Amino acid sequence: MINEQIARAETGAPKQAHDSSPGQPVRVNEDANHDLSIRVRDLNLWYGKNQALKNVNIDIFQKNVTALIGPSGCGKSTFLRCLNRMNDLIKNVRIEGLVEMDGRDVNEAKMDEIALRRRVGMVFQKPNPFPKSIYENIAYAPRMHDLVSRKSDQDELVEQALRDAGLWNEVKDKLAEPGTSLSGGQQQRLCIARAIAVKPDVILMDEPTSALDPISTATIEDLMDKLKQQFTIVTVTHNMQQAARVADYTAFFHLGELIEYNDTRMMFSNPHTKKAEDYITGRYG
Amino acid sequence: MSQSFDEITAQLKRRHRKSARLKWVSMSALILAAAFLVVFISDMLIKGLPAFQQAQIQVEVTYSEQSQQMPPAAVNEDVRRLVSRGFLRTLPRAMKQNPELMGTTRMEWVLADSSVDQYLKGNHSGLKESQRTVVDKLAEQGRAELKFNTRFFTSGDSKMPELAGIAAAAMGTVMTMIVTMLVCFPIGVMTAIYLEEFATDNWLTQTIEININNLAAVPSILFGLLGLAIYINFFGVPRSTPIVGGLTLALMTLPVIIIATRTALRSVPDTIRQAAFGVGCSRWQVVRDHVLPVSLPGILTGSIIGLAQAMGETAPLIIIGMVAFIPDVSASFTDASTVMPAQIFTWAGEPDRAFVEKTAGGILVLLAVLISLNATAVWLRKKFERRW
Ligand SMILES: Nc1ncnc2c1ncn2[C@@H]1O[C@H](COP(=O)(O)OP(=O)(O)O)[C@@H](O)[C@H]1O
Ligand SMILES: [Mg+2]
Repeated sequence: MINEQIARAETGAPKQAHDSSPGQPVRVNEDANHDLSIRVRDLNLWYGKNQALKNVNIDIFQKNVTALIGPSGCGKSTFLRCLNRMNDLIKNVRIEGLVEMDGRDVNEAKMDEIALRRRVGMVFQKPNPFPKSIYENIAYAPRMHDLVSRKSDQDELVEQALRDAGLWNEVKDKLAEPGTSLSGGQQQRLCIARAIAVKPDVILMDEPTSALDPISTATIEDLMDKLKQQFTIVTVTHNMQQAARVADYTAFFHLGELIEYNDTRMMFSNPHTKKAEDYITGRYG
Repeated sequence: MSQSFDEITAQLKRRHRKSARLKWVSMSALILAAAFLVVFISDMLIKGLPAFQQAQIQVEVTYSEQSQQMPPAAVNEDVRRLVSRGFLRTLPRAMKQNPELMGTTRMEWVLADSSVDQYLKGNHSGLKESQRTVVDKLAEQGRAELKFNTRFFTSGDSKMPELAGIAAAAMGTVMTMIVTMLVCFPIGVMTAIYLEEFATDNWLTQTIEININNLAAVPSILFGLLGLAIYINFFGVPRSTPIVGGLTLALMTLPVIIIATRTALRSVPDTIRQAAFGVGCSRWQVVRDHVLPVSLPGILTGSIIGLAQAMGETAPLIIIGMVAFIPDVSASFTDASTVMPAQIFTWAGEPDRAFVEKTAGGILVLLAVLISLNATAVWLRKKFERRW
């Protein structure tokens, strides 16, 4: 009975909005940039027999921050990993549906996942700098991808990436020290610098601040705000205030389904679905 | 109804007594084990340290045509039996190489016969009463002394105990270990990398894994039989040589290295791999640039321990004929050769009492090498041990 009521509540106006243009946010922020970055259609994903994503449709816009929110285990990380095919590394994963970037299906046979990951970088929940020097952490990937050849270019690129990540002033005198010697917040910014060093289009962040203290968190939030001028950012967060602060768009996932997708202001002031409302107002885990 | 403290304490008494008893039992076990070790080591030291000293006596050596023909004539009759026959044998050559020696008579410190050596060390010796008097007199005049036994570390085996040394066996061990490592290390590490980083988890890899683990538990003598059957009888690799010894020990060490490498690879946190994949590394780049550098200390440590195990191995080498009598130190992979434990085994079977100290001395050298290898392993682990 109660379930039915909820179900009916969900199939209200917003649902129709979804139907008319799957993947589009319910309301569109008029000031924002709406060039499409990644288009996802009817995405289903199974871990063995367990379906973790159900019919996800979403358009992700360039040079915006899109936040993925939802209770634990709802598939946010799984969805994020679909965007740079990190799920390839997990056994028994089956994916159906379209993840399209730059007119190409990222899952098609011709697509090289290394090429994809060059254009779609990733920052993880726990800061995971390479066990190498700060300099090497940044320089490694561009060198591997032949983006730089001369040492001076490489130095320049390292400096630029560290500046963009707001870390340069803190580490410029100790570039030879191990990346792991930095504080947690600095390590996470190092990881961001590492990701932007190969000049990707999209940066995926999976709860990038959940292991950090409030001050480091604020620093990273500011950074995301700055970085979105150059990059498309898709971030997972557990923290509603964070989504409200940094995201232009917010997607609410529940049990593998994308329940509601809207521009952030609308999502938080006037959610269209009961589940999203419950979650945002804290009535749901 | 709750119990009072006194009631609970009364019950606890039994438990406390039990744990005290268990503590005692385990401590006694430890003490017993330590005692065995102390007894073993001190026995070896007492027996083996004398091997590092050898008696020398100062005698008049006459270099003449006669001693060229008949070397014993070079020394006086009364000390003739006290001088090592091994020394006398070298005289003609010495004279040929240094013609200016001819016609001179010199006081020289020369290697004494092993019976003199044993007598000076207070052991039973074959010396006659009269000979003992001579040795006593020499000793009084400071002309008979125990000196550091360089020869023990520079020469090969000999039937004359005063000439016998561990060097040929040590060289054989080095050559054999080089072969073992050259075969095992690359194959073992690459196998482990494949199984750990590339292979999917299916019945085939599981079967391989189980078999590798079982291989590590196979009695080593069986590897000797396998080596004999395959390398010597089938492929015709020459017997008793470092190459066949090394290949045989490789069979034994390979699973140890594979298992150690897999453990080291597995201990690298997955977050490092994810980071590497995340920036677009291929699988091989992930392994080469990120996983291997972190796990290398563990791999080296495991390999050194595997090597140390192989170095102490005798049984399989006996089967393939590496207990040969090797008087010359040779650095060839295809010459008949022996290894340290086999040399010790040979000496232990010699009837001459003087070989008892050689046996123990050889064991001390082997122990020293093994301990320093293991210490290197521990040092490597400590030096590079980092937590990510
Ligand atoms: N590697 C995996 N293997 C099997 N199941 C997984 C794996 N990762 C996640 N899952 C399952 O998929 C669902 C979604 O997980 P996840 O994407 O991690 O959720 P979230 O990031 O939103 O907390 C969960 O039910 C989880 O148990
Ligand atoms: Mg997650």
